[in-house]
Amino acid sequence: MDAPTVPPMTEETGRRWHDMGGLKAGPLDATQHDFALWEKRVDALMVLCSAKGYFTVDGLRRALEDMGEDAFETMSYYERWVASINNNLLEAGVYTVEELGRRMQEVMARGKTYGEASGG
Amino acid sequence: MPHDHHDHDDFHHDGMSPSGHPYRADNDTPLTYWQVMEIAIRELLIDKGIATASEIAVQIDTMDARSPADGASVVARAWTDPDFKGRLLQDASAAARELGFDIGALRLIAVENTADIHNVVVCTLCSCYPRNLLGLPPDWYKTRAYRSRVVKEPRRVLAEFGLTLPLSTRVRVHDSTADMRYIVLPARPAGTESLSEEQLAALVTRDSMIGTGLPKSPA
Repeated sequence: MDAPTVPPMTEETGRRWHDMGGLKAGPLDATQHDFALWEKRVDALMVLCSAKGYFTVDGLRRALEDMGEDAFETMSYYERWVASINNNLLEAGVYTVEELGRRMQEVMARGKTYGEASGG
Repeated sequence: MPHDHHDHDDFHHDGMSPSGHPYRADNDTPLTYWQVMEIAIRELLIDKGIATASEIAVQIDTMDARSPADGASVVARAWTDPDFKGRLLQDASAAARELGFDIGALRLIAVENTADIHNVVVCTLCSCYPRNLLGLPPDWYKTRAYRSRVVKEPRRVLAEFGLTLPLSTRVRVHDSTADMRYIVLPARPAGTESLSEEQLAALVTRDSMIGTGLPKSPA
């Protein structure tokens, strides 16, 4: 039998990491950043792929939650979203890991900034 | 950052896109792994005919066009039209659609602030937000601090936003889900009897519709 891939609820809290309502936490930080173009594109890909039926918001959340707490603490919001979108599209068979890897190599070869690599 | 692989005599001016325009500032930082992944996924989707570049651009424009001003216009209508307010509190999705807003399939619920009750909205599990009426959520809405604490010690959290409520005010915190999202209908400020709907809408802040603030007072 395969090992379970979903992290278990912790014994102390009886809940998974994302279920954080009511837990202790630090002060509010109201610093705001403007969304970068690549972040807006990630958001748009999610909306379009779900509208076209490739996966649902529940699929997005499942992959986000399965990434675990470390990802929440170390990756930005849309970094986690693009990772989750990728998981869902791979599962849906939209493209293969190999296709993605090859395309990422091509993108990286184009330049050192987002503008260069994405063609402006 | 410098584009040191370009000659100074190169046709493209340093820092300019192939079309000769300056890159947006946020496009000019070193490329990250996740940005590479976004570009690759987007191109694969386009190559496979799943989405077009223009569909993606239109979706970004649609999201960019959404702002708290949309929610504010709904609030101002509710302040000036009691029948509309009744419909809004009955079914906020349908009422917002009356004003031409695309609410999608989600169920939108408006919760009314009164002299005795103050409502606050959160999504403790993730980041669900009435984005169709307010645009994308502020960063703090998605933080551990807000998600964890506002359901446990809302008065303390509101005080950190500069909002101290009298103890006689009952505070209600509403936890959103992906399919069911809340928006606060703030109380109409005193001294606004003579204002037009448009002037009223200008008093309605984003935070007043999340519940972490109040509408502005008339000038």
